[in-house]
Amino acid sequence: MNTIYTWAAIALITLAATTGDVLLAYSMKRVGHVGKLWESRGLLAVAKRILGVPTFFLGVLAMAVAFYSLLFGLSWGNLSLVVPASASLTFVANAVAARIFLHEHVSGRRWLAAILVAGGVALMAM
Amino acid sequence: MTFRKYLVLAGITIFSTLGDSLLARGMKELGGASLHNIPSLLLAILNPFVAVGILLLLAFFASYMSALSWADLTYVLPATSLSYVLVAVIARIGFHEEISTTRWLGIALIAAGVGFVAVGPSATTDGYGEASRSLENAPRGAGMKECAREEVGS
Repeated sequence: MNTIYTWAAIALITLAATTGDVLLAYSMKRVGHVGKLWESRGLLAVAKRILGVPTFFLGVLAMAVAFYSLLFGLSWGNLSLVVPASASLTFVANAVAARIFLHEHVSGRRWLAAILVAGGVALMAM
Repeated sequence: MTFRKYLVLAGITIFSTLGDSLLARGMKELGGASLHNIPSLLLAILNPFVAVGILLLLAFFASYMSALSWADLTYVLPATSLSYVLVAVIARIGFHEEISTTRWLGIALIAAGVGFVAVGPSATTDGYGEASRSLENAPRGAGMKECAREEVGS
């Protein structure tokens, strides 16, 4: 029974974290290079510009869902399964989502990495 | 820039690993969470391990946002997944969790995948580099979109 709960938590973490990652990456690209902005305008300007992007809050909300699913997952399953499994499944899902929604050029090298990571996750779940 | 870039990536790795580990330690101390007892989950913040874990995860979030502002999502995630290996080491040493040979092999495979991506370019989206370069000369309050449009228009 705990196994089902653990994997349900992992699935929920993956879905929520992917949604959050894509929304946050999109928001931060709209904000621009944070380091340069900080140097030229100061920290307050950085915070102001980030808070001015609505999708940032949606991303944070999705991340909060992922975070609470992680809390549940960690109380049911082992740290060395829950964290790597959800994080690397998120990585694979993100490669697909980043290509579709963020129009990143996911090269052969990056796809190969996704497949290697997916294989690694399968091994870890055994 | 390059040194700072790797410093931010290292920060993401270390903060997320330590944060997750402290959270796990705190949650184990509190016992299994249950859907029937939501208030106990909210009170979990009072546990010192959970509290420090959350602080570290906030530091992780700040460095993560910074990295996402100048690099692809498909670059940042794998470049920082040395944390998988760190989590396994901490789980083994700090929590005495059993880690089988198969699981170590899985971790090795993940690490190999990470290596493939880390040596590639960090940003691939069109116009991003130009837009960020024009940012310094842009008028106060102008967003990325406006900067990019000005560049195209001129």
